[in-house]
Amino acid sequence: MPVTSVQRHKRKYVAQMNIQTTTPDTSRYQDEFLSLRDHLPGQDLPWMKDLRTAAMDAFAGTGLPTLRDESWKYTNLHSLSACNFKPANSIAGQISIDHAPRLMPGASGCFLMTFVNGRLRLDLSSFENLPAGVTLLPFEQLADQHPERFEQWFANSLQREIHQPMVSLNTALMSTGYVLHIEKGVTLHEPVEILNLSAATPQAFSVHARNFMVLEPGAQATVIEHYQGLDDGESFANSVTNISLGQDALLRHYKLQNEGLGNYHLSTISSQLERNASYDSFTLSLGAKLSRNEVSVRLAGEGSECHLNGAYLMRGRQHCDNTTIIDHMVPHTSCRETFKGVIDDQARAVFQGRIVVHKDAQQTNGHQLSKVLLLSNEAEIDAKPELEIYADDVLCSHGATAGDLDQEALFYLRARGIPEERARSILIEAFLAEAIQAIAAEGLCPALMTSIGHWLADT
Amino acid sequence: MLEIKNLRATVDGKEILKGLDLSIKAGEVHAIMGPNGSGKSTLSYLLTGRDGYEAVDGEVLYKGRDLLSLAPEERAGEGVFLAFQYPVEIPGVPNTTFLKEAVNSVRRYRGEEELDAMQFVKMLRQKTKELGFSDELLKRQVNVGYSGGEKKRNEALQMAVLNPALAILDETDSGLDIDALRVVAESVNQLRSPDNALLVITHYQRLLNYIVPDHVHVLAHGRIARSGGKELALELEQNGYAGYLGTAA
Repeated sequence: MPVTSVQRHKRKYVAQMNIQTTTPDTSRYQDEFLSLRDHLPGQDLPWMKDLRTAAMDAFAGTGLPTLRDESWKYTNLHSLSACNFKPANSIAGQISIDHAPRLMPGASGCFLMTFVNGRLRLDLSSFENLPAGVTLLPFEQLADQHPERFEQWFANSLQREIHQPMVSLNTALMSTGYVLHIEKGVTLHEPVEILNLSAATPQAFSVHARNFMVLEPGAQATVIEHYQGLDDGESFANSVTNISLGQDALLRHYKLQNEGLGNYHLSTISSQLERNASYDSFTLSLGAKLSRNEVSVRLAGEGSECHLNGAYLMRGRQHCDNTTIIDHMVPHTSCRETFKGVIDDQARAVFQGRIVVHKDAQQTNGHQLSKVLLLSNEAEIDAKPELEIYADDVLCSHGATAGDLDQEALFYLRARGIPEERARSILIEAFLAEAIQAIAAEGLCPALMTSIGHWLADT
Repeated sequence: MLEIKNLRATVDGKEILKGLDLSIKAGEVHAIMGPNGSGKSTLSYLLTGRDGYEAVDGEVLYKGRDLLSLAPEERAGEGVFLAFQYPVEIPGVPNTTFLKEAVNSVRRYRGEEELDAMQFVKMLRQKTKELGFSDELLKRQVNVGYSGGEKKRNEALQMAVLNPALAILDETDSGLDIDALRVVAESVNQLRSPDNALLVITHYQRLLNYIVPDHVHVLAHGRIARSGGKELALELEQNGYAGYLGTAA
């Protein structure tokens, strides 16, 4: 007999909820679509035109997600819908930036693709000399250079997609992004860094980026995405990333989100893993007014495994949502998740971790942990682990904790002469270090710890 | 160096110290002995500024300054050090990092130049060698997975690198076997000088065989019930605290 168990719990310190009851007004997005659709990548491909139109129709039917959508219960996009964003690709003129701020200064050999407000900037990029078997392209060139791959990958991703408003909106309007393809058995030793810079424009802008990462059997790569706001100008980024890992493939996917406080950062990643494939991800969120990292992983081949880790530091009125959905489709698959957060002031974070063990997916291992430091009485975390288990030989666990800094440790440090602010920083860094040290990319841990140090020093 | 006058203090609103007087001069070693619950640990936390320990009357002058008005880190900067009865574990912070932060924080407070990595390592090497403290313990996280003896030796090491003017040892002998006790006591004795003072808080006399005090005080019911020389400790060892346990007047 299959055992079904849905466990849910929530830790809530301040009740604060505005239920929206208005019907969705999507006319703004539809107008945008009508004006852009003949200029979007792939406009000459009939199937692509149809796909975009269908996606826009689907989006128009629901509008942006609201608190009534179960998976958006704790993340309110109301303030986003009140904002008037202009597509970044319709804003003329180039932002003047003469050098790309590097996450890992001194990291030579790293391949860099830089976007400014969603627009590829070859003058700030260096991804020539990629080894044989590796393709790295801006999204808009995929349709022209590899139309058959383009169609195939979309067909693959659509097969398993259920309607998600943000993905539909992206499909309708996608105009930028990157594509990484690695042929069978090829290992890309140097990391690929995707740098997304955002700079204020006279009008708030939106970017819908669509990314593909396809690793054929046995391929390996490390991809580091760095989102950096140069100011607090208003912007809306709604990216979708489709990842496909063939048998024995390994992808390390790391991300630093350090957007300005005028930014809405919505990211949906969906990945499919074949036999013995491995997906290792880490996201550090420091910036943005509102951010959501939604990662779904289908463990579709025996022996496949994923690590979804993350950390976030939020203050002021920032909001950060980490939502993960892991589907164990077949036996002998495993996942491990650790998210650590630091929340100050009136900031708010959400962790939703769903693990579904499908029927017959025996010998599954799933472990999930959410740990949070609440630094003020008004800080809030909503943690919702959800285990849905339809097999009977599985090992699954979840845990969620929230607490203040260890006062004993704080006093111990101060009693040794360390000033209070510094003592707090030491304890916060130590709390986060456990999650960050799991990152396998050389040089990235210290770079992320430096970013955290800057965040802590910037009070 | 330290003048405590008619000190009354509360913990969670309950009065624990009820008019304590104590005077310590540079170069002296004082021992405070007393039964459980007499206020020994309250005194050590009050002197180092732990939250929740509040003086409601009296004063504490340290080198002529009002000690109780200073933050814990300022007291450390001024040279006050507490060897904790229960040293705190700090996961994720390497012991060496912690020691360097502490040393340089105190140096900064005193207007001295901070030690760079090389200078610090050199200084630390010398101290660990003197105290027989292993490099392996330095690499581990602060007090995490240390034995009781290792934790107390780590306290002695911190004391050695910070070189305090007034060191308060709170039940340093608790949880130590006789060999560990001797090692810790020896390292404390190395730090004795005419310029600094020690306040040894203990329940048992045995620590005082190794750290020989100039003055011994009996703390009972929140005040000093009796003071004497080192022979007082031996008397207490023989007769116990029974004579001091009667209800407070």
